[in-house]
Amino acid sequence: MLDKNGIAKRIAKEVKQGMYVNLGIGIPTLVANYIPAGMDVVLQSENGLLGIGPFPFDGDEDPDLINAGKQTITTVPGSSFFDSAMSFGMIRAGKVDLTILGAMEVSETGDIANWKIPGKMVKGMGGAMDLVASARNIIVAMQHVNKAGESKLLPQCELPLTGIRCVKKIVTELAVLDVLPEGGFRLLERAPGISTEQIRNATKGKLIVEGEIPEMVL
Amino acid sequence: MNKVVHSADEAIHDIPDNAVLGLGGFGLCGIPENSISALIRKGTKGLTCISNNAGVDDFGIGLMLQTRQVKKMISSYVGENAEFERQLLSGELEVSLIPQGTLATRLLAAGYGMPAIFTPAGVGTEVAEGKEVRRFNDKDYLLEMAFDIDFSIVKAWKGDTHGNLIFRKTSRNFNPLIAMAGKITIAEVEELVPAGELDPDHIHLPGIYVHRIFKGSGYEKRIEQRTIRPRQ
Repeated sequence: MLDKNGIAKRIAKEVKQGMYVNLGIGIPTLVANYIPAGMDVVLQSENGLLGIGPFPFDGDEDPDLINAGKQTITTVPGSSFFDSAMSFGMIRAGKVDLTILGAMEVSETGDIANWKIPGKMVKGMGGAMDLVASARNIIVAMQHVNKAGESKLLPQCELPLTGIRCVKKIVTELAVLDVLPEGGFRLLERAPGISTEQIRNATKGKLIVEGEIPEMVL
Repeated sequence: MNKVVHSADEAIHDIPDNAVLGLGGFGLCGIPENSISALIRKGTKGLTCISNNAGVDDFGIGLMLQTRQVKKMISSYVGENAEFERQLLSGELEVSLIPQGTLATRLLAAGYGMPAIFTPAGVGTEVAEGKEVRRFNDKDYLLEMAFDIDFSIVKAWKGDTHGNLIFRKTSRNFNPLIAMAGKITIAEVEELVPAGELDPDHIHLPGIYVHRIFKGSGYEKRIEQRTIRPRQ
């Protein structure tokens, strides 16, 4: 079973030379730590920055330079700043190659719920609805089951939706799965030490298992 | 063309109760600190505030929530604010949550003289309820209306007496968009220079969108999530 860093490490293998990538808050942010040195990848922050650098050294924080999670950050050579309309313009126009974000639930048709739990505090969707409606490729990083042990990979989402038919791939602590256009989670890889049966038991939506499923190589 | 006013109090003096305001900033980054303080001094009530976020309990728009000056917030994300949550649950505060890109583009539309936009954000979700859906090239889009803002209040890094503005790093965010969308736009700047001193090629927002400008003071620029790495 993978920990959060393991999930991030596996997702980093989906990031390719020359990509523009938007990383969501939480596990997706950790993906940046596992992008190989020397690979040319530009990270987008939807508050108006292309080219997110590492966190600043103590004393170098700049209140005018933050990421979408409101954390202090730095720039890298080649960075650029822009306003929020242009930021979502480039997202909407499909210029951002890959979006990686967290989810509370994903359905077998690729619907995603990640912004609201009715009855609890509603904080708002931020940029999530814009990202999932427009991104060319969306990978979800999440736990396979919630804290109550219930599957988060469902026939249909039960929580209010963020977007429909948009998730292409899911990486959890147990598995890597594709979401098929005709519906269904196709099992691609098992986490180290995890059996197909364990994944089947943790997946409430339609799971498609074809042939021998390899173990992840991290 | 001289748009200089001498204080935040003068800049906001005619904002009436129940006005619709647009306020620039993302989180606490690039917020008009001086104008918010002036609005609190003036005690303007019943405000509708269009702003990506609602500040924190003791800073930014959160200060105007403490003084019960805000009737309605139109935002994309309003976490990190306990007083906001309390007023929302008790029904004192009305809140409209809209996707961040939709917020930005409805402001852009207002500044570009377009009545509405089509965006795919929110299709198939509760955001789409009651909205016209149009299909273009096999994809569904929602019709979203341009904002109508009485007074816009923004923060820039540098400005000149004609109201031309330059923003700094990610504090640009919603500021130029909010500025473009206001019937009356107020800009507060860290550095105010005579027209001609800013390179025209470096202006982010032309002064035609700005009606009043003043040099702010005492910027706190509070950091919401101070995140650092150790020095090797």
